[in-house]
Amino acid sequence: MEYWLPIIYMGIMGLALLIYVILDGYDLGVGMLVPLANEAEKDMMIASIGPFWDANETWIVLGIGVLLIAFPVAHGIILTSLYLPVTIMLMGLILRGVAFDLRVKAGDHRRGLWNKAFFAGSLIASLAQGWMLGAYITGLHSSATSLLFSALIAMTLPALYLILGCGWLLMKTDGELRNKAIGWARMAIWPMGLGLFMVSIATPLVSSTIAEKWFTLPNALYLMPIPMICLFCYGLIVAALNKPTMLDKNRSYLIYACTVAICLMASLGLAYSLFPDIIIGGLTIWESAASVKSLQFTLVGVVITLPVILFYTYFVYRIFHGKATALSYE
Amino acid sequence: MDFDPFILARIQFATNISFHILFPAISIGLGWILLFFRLRFTQTGDQAWEYAYQFWVKIFALTFAMGVVSGITMSFQFGTNWPGFMEKAGNVAGPLLGYEVLSAFFLEASFLGIMLFGKDRVSNRMHLISSFLVAFGTTLSAFWILSLNSWMQTPTGYYLENGVVMVDSWMEVIFNPSFPYRFFHMLIACLLTSAFVIAGVSAWRALRNVDGPATWKVMKTGVMMAAVLAPIQILVGDFHGLNTLEHQPAKIAAMEAVWETEKGAAFTLFALPDEESKTNRYAIEVPYAASFILTHDPMGEVKGLNEFEGEHPPVAMVFWSFRVMLAVGGLMLLVSWWAAWQLRGKNTPTKPLLYALSAMTFSGWIAVLAGWYVTEIGRQPWIVTGVLKVQDVVADHSSATVGGTLIGYILLYGFLLASYIGALLNLSRKPAASLKLTAVSAPQTVNKEV
Repeated sequence: MEYWLPIIYMGIMGLALLIYVILDGYDLGVGMLVPLANEAEKDMMIASIGPFWDANETWIVLGIGVLLIAFPVAHGIILTSLYLPVTIMLMGLILRGVAFDLRVKAGDHRRGLWNKAFFAGSLIASLAQGWMLGAYITGLHSSATSLLFSALIAMTLPALYLILGCGWLLMKTDGELRNKAIGWARMAIWPMGLGLFMVSIATPLVSSTIAEKWFTLPNALYLMPIPMICLFCYGLIVAALNKPTMLDKNRSYLIYACTVAICLMASLGLAYSLFPDIIIGGLTIWESAASVKSLQFTLVGVVITLPVILFYTYFVYRIFHGKATALSYE
Repeated sequence: MDFDPFILARIQFATNISFHILFPAISIGLGWILLFFRLRFTQTGDQAWEYAYQFWVKIFALTFAMGVVSGITMSFQFGTNWPGFMEKAGNVAGPLLGYEVLSAFFLEASFLGIMLFGKDRVSNRMHLISSFLVAFGTTLSAFWILSLNSWMQTPTGYYLENGVVMVDSWMEVIFNPSFPYRFFHMLIACLLTSAFVIAGVSAWRALRNVDGPATWKVMKTGVMMAAVLAPIQILVGDFHGLNTLEHQPAKIAAMEAVWETEKGAAFTLFALPDEESKTNRYAIEVPYAASFILTHDPMGEVKGLNEFEGEHPPVAMVFWSFRVMLAVGGLMLLVSWWAAWQLRGKNTPTKPLLYALSAMTFSGWIAVLAGWYVTEIGRQPWIVTGVLKVQDVVADHSSATVGGTLIGYILLYGFLLASYIGALLNLSRKPAASLKLTAVSAPQTVNKEV
């Protein structure tokens, strides 16, 4: 038990954060795209994420919650080290969360202001999350290289969110807006590719622990599918953007699905690189785990509720499937 | 200038949680009220209930969003500013917060989408179920967080191992001695807060003639709720106080500013408690009343602050917060009974009453904040009573870091609070369709008209 419980919790935490990235990623992406659209399109874009964003954001609360429940010591160290980016991210999330409502409720003369707040909040939160991820991978040091690396990921993650956002709009919208989304994706795909490439090169350079894990045989062979699948999915996205007929009919999901696959591969790679550390080169998951009794008590709840949560998340997406329609409380 | 980073961190936490609680205090009650509106419409087919729902669900959505985003801040704040709390008490706090996320947050956030935007995509029955689950989720969330808060006030079911809290019995942890009292006191506080919000906004709309029958129905709902709940709240509050006397006598001593243990203690109506001289200046007292309220015996013994030398909370803030809460609570009772009397049967309210109700719109906020200040400041210097002190769990940040983010939060929250009230005014100013509403109409025609 003492061996397996922390591993199970690390799995749950990873799953929660992965789901967070692919779900809140698209609505943050749509948020960053809002300034590029005209007024009617803005409404439609926000309508497409309206019923979902709140539940999407809950996944980061779960991810951080699991960190807190299972690894209280690491929770303190990580969040204390990331004090400023966390605070900045929170302010971004607050701003965009209220902008959803206030842009239609604060009066017409304020709509422009709240549209800007929605954009700014989405951008700030995405940048800050990228920074946090970068700082985390480099072991929470504050050397020049790790700052540079954090800055690199801070630029990459928003590009990934933009592609997720475009992929979402392709599924949920029609006509001119959908064409625009393809155009936006064409612009964002290169920074995303470049970013992912640079991150892949830089990661083993920045952390020798990771380099060791990546480049020893036979591990390197087992790991090969990860970059291969990423490259394949990336190529598919680029091809589809150049030949949009590939996205016609029932294949609107292609770009979103490929991006999700890239996220999944990246997180598998990350999990492999980190394990068994919770703070790279600092603390293992067993060293920072909470007491067995507390972990068992919560696991009961997780086992019961997580499938239910996944089920009703699916249920909500079923209800609002298909192209988005104007939001109405009536 | 040299500020103590510890004090700044405490102010920051207080700012965040004070801002946050404003919104759940409304949305927990409003969720149930909205369900009531929907049920009444389903039962009676009276369009006014549907209009009432449509107006208030907009405010609910905004309030809910404010609560969600300010709540996310709270979940990070433990780690960013109070890592020692999680290191030492994480075995209790982690699971309780975890259960809140798993059982409540996802439930309310997911079904909120259906409740707000899914009305034409699901059956009326499914929509009612979704509305119920949202209201239930908010209440369940309160259950878990109040359980944790109460455990910090009156910890049971644990033992210490190398200074770390380990759990003995989860039943004793969750249902710790102060939990039932605090939970019901807070739940009723939320219902009262939302009752005054709907009554107050409705009165404001009635004064401006921007709406018709729906507004009257809402006002009456709010007034009747408040009139019934206000006296119950006083009773529950009294029980809560007796529980505190048993488990946290230092808090009671500060609430009543009793410096020395005495028999037949007086209740101090007004005073300026002075910690240096350990006296109350300009005190106006009711003899024997404190002993009578707390022990139900005029000569009963009340422990004084002298028994908790160095380990009692700051007196003046607790003393005054308590009096503000009592005063607002008393006012809520008076106004709600006055309003209930005027609105009985089919009577219409007078203008003074409408003004009074609008003035009382956010009275619940003041009472809730004051009440929480009593209980939270009253817990000081402990973060977990008798186990862990606040000063031992704070993160080692510079005062510039904490001060800088604190200023950021204050500016952001000030702006958001102004925007929230501005949006409420903006929504309330708009004439509603229910102005044209005169007679009761069948529910099936409604959807087409809207």
